Amino acid sequence: MSTNGSVIRCSIDGKEYLAKAGKYINDVARENGVYIPTLCNVIGIHPQGACRICTITVNGRMMTACTTPVAEGMDIKTNTSELQDLRKSIVELMYVEGNHFCPACEKSGNCELQALAYRFQMMVSRFPYTFPKRKIDARNPKLVKNYNRCILCKRCIRAIKDEQGRSYFAFRKRGHKVEVGIDVDLGKFISDEVAQKAMDICPVGALIKKEQAFRIPIGKRKYDKTPIGADVESHHV
Amino acid sequence: MKPPIPEITDELEIGEQVYQVTMVEIVHGIIKKYGSNPTRLMDILIDIQSEFRYIPPLVLAEISKELNISNIDIEQTISFYHFFSTTPTGKYTVYLNNSAVAYMMGREEVAQTFEREVGCKFGEVSADGMIGLFSTSCIGMSDQEPAALINGKLFTRLTPFRVKEIVRDLKALKHIDEIIVEGLGDGANALPEVHSMVQNNIRKKGPILADGYKAGEALKKIVKMKPDDVIAEVKASNIRGRGGAGFPTGMKWEICRNSPGDEKYIFCNADEGEPGTFKDRVILTEYPKMLMEGMALAGYAVGAKEGILYVRHEYGYLQKHLEKVIEGGRKKNYLGKNICGREDFDFDIRIQFGAGSYVCGEESALIESAEGKRGEPRDRPPFPVESGYLGKPTIVNNVETLCSIVKVIVHGAQWYRSMGTKESSGTKVVSISGDCKYPGVYEIEWGFSVNDVLEMIGASDVQAVQVGGPSGTLIAPNEFNRTLSYTDLSTGGSIIIFGKHRDLLKDVVLNFTNFFIDESCGSCSTCRNIPIHLRTKLEKILNARGVDKDIQEMLEWAKILKASRCGLGQTAANPIVSSIKNFRPLYDQKIQHGKDFDSSFDMLKAVQESCDAVSRVPHVH
Amino acid sequence: MENQKPIIATASLAGCFGCHMSLLDIDDRILNLIELVEFDKSPINDLKKFTRHCDIGIIEGGCCNSENIHMLKEFRKNCRILISVGECAIMGGLPALRNGIPIRECIEEAYWQSPSVKGHNPEMILPNDQELPMLLDRIYHCHEIVKIDYFLPGCPPRADLLYDALVSIITGTEMKLPYEVIKFD
Repeated sequence: MSTNGSVIRCSIDGKEYLAKAGKYINDVARENGVYIPTLCNVIGIHPQGACRICTITVNGRMMTACTTPVAEGMDIKTNTSELQDLRKSIVELMYVEGNHFCPACEKSGNCELQALAYRFQMMVSRFPYTFPKRKIDARNPKLVKNYNRCILCKRCIRAIKDEQGRSYFAFRKRGHKVEVGIDVDLGKFISDEVAQKAMDICPVGALIKKEQAFRIPIGKRKYDKTPIGADVESHHV
Repeated sequence: MKPPIPEITDELEIGEQVYQVTMVEIVHGIIKKYGSNPTRLMDILIDIQSEFRYIPPLVLAEISKELNISNIDIEQTISFYHFFSTTPTGKYTVYLNNSAVAYMMGREEVAQTFEREVGCKFGEVSADGMIGLFSTSCIGMSDQEPAALINGKLFTRLTPFRVKEIVRDLKALKHIDEIIVEGLGDGANALPEVHSMVQNNIRKKGPILADGYKAGEALKKIVKMKPDDVIAEVKASNIRGRGGAGFPTGMKWEICRNSPGDEKYIFCNADEGEPGTFKDRVILTEYPKMLMEGMALAGYAVGAKEGILYVRHEYGYLQKHLEKVIEGGRKKNYLGKNICGREDFDFDIRIQFGAGSYVCGEESALIESAEGKRGEPRDRPPFPVESGYLGKPTIVNNVETLCSIVKVIVHGAQWYRSMGTKESSGTKVVSISGDCKYPGVYEIEWGFSVNDVLEMIGASDVQAVQVGGPSGTLIAPNEFNRTLSYTDLSTGGSIIIFGKHRDLLKDVVLNFTNFFIDESCGSCSTCRNIPIHLRTKLEKILNARGVDKDIQEMLEWAKILKASRCGLGQTAANPIVSSIKNFRPLYDQKIQHGKDFDSSFDMLKAVQESCDAVSRVPHVH
Repeated sequence: MENQKPIIATASLAGCFGCHMSLLDIDDRILNLIELVEFDKSPINDLKKFTRHCDIGIIEGGCCNSENIHMLKEFRKNCRILISVGECAIMGGLPALRNGIPIRECIEEAYWQSPSVKGHNPEMILPNDQELPMLLDRIYHCHEIVKIDYFLPGCPPRADLLYDALVSIITGTEMKLPYEVIKFD
C-alpha cells in the first residue's frame, strides 16, 4: 500500500501518469486534462459518491472517481462505451425522477444536470417519466426550495453548515422518498452570503435565491455554447 | 434547575401543560443517561419512542438544544428508521411482517382479521388511538410465520382466530406480557427475562451449535498466546465471513491490528435482515455467551477494548437476556478489566439497537447507525478496518463468524479445516423456511447440495429454491445438484423453498423487489430509482401488457444498479435477473407475442375524473 | 414509391405551435425542403385529413384530452416514421405543470376562479357537451401512447435541428449534431 503523499504511477485510459498517492482519481484526471463527468462532487468539499455519474473502472472494477484515491499500479478506465452509456442513463434517470421542465426553470442554461444531458446528447429519457407530486417551499426569507428539481446530490447538505457545525440542510426519509429539507429555525437566520452560496452550489434549480433569477439572457449563459467539461479538456497538452 | 417549558401551541390547555413539562423532564433524563452525546442519538430516540410510543415533535427542540445539533440533524435520523414515528402509533403498535414467506403462510387472512377487529387499515391508528397497525419487512421469524411485533413482543404462528383473541386482550388493556396465546417457546425463550413464544427450531446441530460448550475455555487459552498467533490461527482455519460477503476473517483482523491507532473497536453484526434469515436470532437466544467470548477474542487479537453488539430492533425482546449474559461475563472476568488474569487485556461490550433498516446490515452503514446517524453505507476506501467507528479502526463480524472462531480456538484450525470443502472450510448455520416439513435452523458442512438440503428438510414438489435471500439466487430444479459454498452457491444463511403451487413472479419476485425499494437508503441515484422502474415493468408483464422488449429492458436496466455504492443496490435486481435467467417460460407465458409496443394507457380510466368533475358520461370507443 | 417525394404530415396536439413556427424559421431553406418533400395533413397547408400513407409524421405537443389521443393514434397508423418534436411532445412540457393537481381544481380555476372569468359565469357552467373532447387525468407524452421513432428536443427545437433531422431522414445521411442545436429551452 502506498502512503499518502508519496508519488505513484497509474494509468488512465492507457496513458501513464505520476500522481500523489491519496489524491482522488477525479482530481488527478482533471489536472491531466481528462474530464470525468461529475454532478454531486464539489472540489474542496468532502466527496460523497451519491450521483454515481463519475463511475469509472479501476482494474476492471466499478468505483467512483470522486471518492477513490489513486494508488500504485491502478489501471483506470474513464471512457469506455459502457461507462458512457451508464452515465447517460443516470442523467436520464434523474430527468424522470423529478419534474425537470427546463423552459420554465431559472437555472436553465446554467444547470449542470442539463449541461450533462447536452454533452451526452440526450434526446429523451429511456425511462418513463414519473411526474412525482412535489412541493415548492418558499417559507424561507431568502431561498426558494423547489423539490421538483432536487436531484439529491447532497451538495448543500455537505457544503453549508452554520458556525457551530449545525446543518441547515439534511436528508429526510429514505429510498425513493428521500428529500432534502431546510431547517426551519436555523433557516430563518440565513445570511445573504449563505443563501447565495446555497444557490451557487446547487447544480440544478432546486435552491433559488429570491429576486435573483433570469438575469443572464439566453445565449450568454454558462452552457449555451460551451459544453460542461470543456474547461478541463482545454488544459490538455 | 427546572427544565425550560417548551413552546406550547394554542390548542393546549392548562392540564396538558403539566403533561408537557413531565415529558420534557423525561426527555432530559434520557439525554443525560447517554451523556448528552450526539453520537448516541439512536439510543436517545429509541428510549423516547419506547416511552411515548412516538417521538413528539415538541421534544426535537429539546434534543437539539441539549446536543447542540439542528432540528433537521435529528429529523434526518428519525425519518430514516422504520420504527421511529413522529405521529402517535397507538398505545399498542402492531407491526405485521410482509415478507414473501409471511404471505405464503397466510399473512393475508391475518392482516384482514387485524383490520376488521381493530377497525382501521394498515398504516393507520384506530380512532380511539389505542391500536396502530403497520407493515414491516422480514422480522426474522420465517420458520414461524405469520408473525407480528406488538410493542416489541413477538407473536408468531398467527391465525385469524389468534388475532381475534389478541385484539380482544389489547382492547381489555392487558399488559403485553400477559398476552401470550400459547405456551412459551423452547430453551432460553422460556426464561423470565425473555418470556417469549418464539421457537428455536434447531433441527440439526454441528460443532458450532453442539451441546457442551464451556464458557471461557477459548479465552483461557488465548491469554497465553500472542495476539499475532491468535490471528495466525484464525487465518489458518480459512474461515470467511458468515454474513454473506465472505471476506476472509483472519485477513480482516490482521489489517485492523496493523492499522495505526490506539483505539479500536469490535462490532458484532446482529442486524440480520435478509428476508428468510433467522439463525443469528437463535444463536443470540441460545449461545450468547459464546458470542460474547468471540467478541472478546477479537478484541484481544486486534487490540480493541470496546465491543459493540449491534442488534436489530426486531430482536429487542432479547435485550434483558443479553444484558444479563454480559453482566455474568463481567462477574466471571470474561469481560471487563484484566480478563482471565491477563494484565492489559481489557474488553467490554455495549449493546446498540437498531431501529428498523435492512441496509444497516452493511458494515459501514451499521457503523454510521451506531454513531447516531442515518444508516447510509460509506464510500470505500477507507474500509472500516482502517477508519470505522468514530474514525477508528473497526472490525465488523457476523454473529456466527465470532461463534465459529471460539470453536476454532478451542479445537484448532486443523480440526476446523477438516470440515467443509477446500475453499469453504467449516460449517454453516442456515435458516430454512417456506414449503417444507421442517423449517428451522440447521448447521451443515459446506458442500451440501441443494438436493441434500431438500431431502434433509422434507421438501417435495419443489418449484424453486431461493439461496441467500432476495439478494441471492432463485434456482430451478435442473440446478439442484449445485452445492452450498463460497465458490458455487454462497449464502449468508437464508434458504427459502417454493412449492409448485406458488406464483413465483407475483408472490416472490415482486415481493422481493418491493423489499429492496422499501429498504434502499436513497443515497445513490441508481438504487433509489432503478428498482422502481423494474417494478413498473414487472407489473406491466403481470398485467399481461408486457412485450418482449420489456424483458430486454429489464435486463439492461438491471446492469445500471451495479454502479451503486453498496451490496443492497448492486443486488437489488437479482430477484428479477435470476428469475428471467432461470424461469424464462414464466415471463414468456405472460407477454404478448408478435407485438413490439404496448402502451399501458387506458382511456376510460384517464377520462373518468374529468367527466365526473363536469357531470358527463364518458364515451370511449 | 421510387422517385416519388417523401410525404410529411404534421400536427400540434397539446402544444403552442411554437415548434411549427420553428420549422418555418428555417427561412429560405424551406424552398429546399419543398423540393425534397410533399406535405399531407398539416396545419401548414390546412389539410384536415390524411389523403394517403405518409413517410414522416411530426408531432408537436403531448396529449391533454381524448382528441389528442385519437389524433396521435391516427398519425401512428398513417405514418411510417413518427417524430416527437419539442418538450411538450417528449415530456409533457408546460401543460404537464397541471399533473398532480386534481382535475376538478383545474376546471374550477379555468371557468370560475381565474381573473378573466371570475364573475362572468354566474350560472357556474362547466362545459360538458358530448361533442367536446374529454380531458385526461394528466398530460401524457407521446411515447406513452404510441411507438415514437425519433425525438427532437427543444422549446422549441432549433430550426437547424429540425431541418438537419428531416434532411438526414430523407436522404439517409448521418445527422449532424453540433453542441448548440440540442437545447431543452
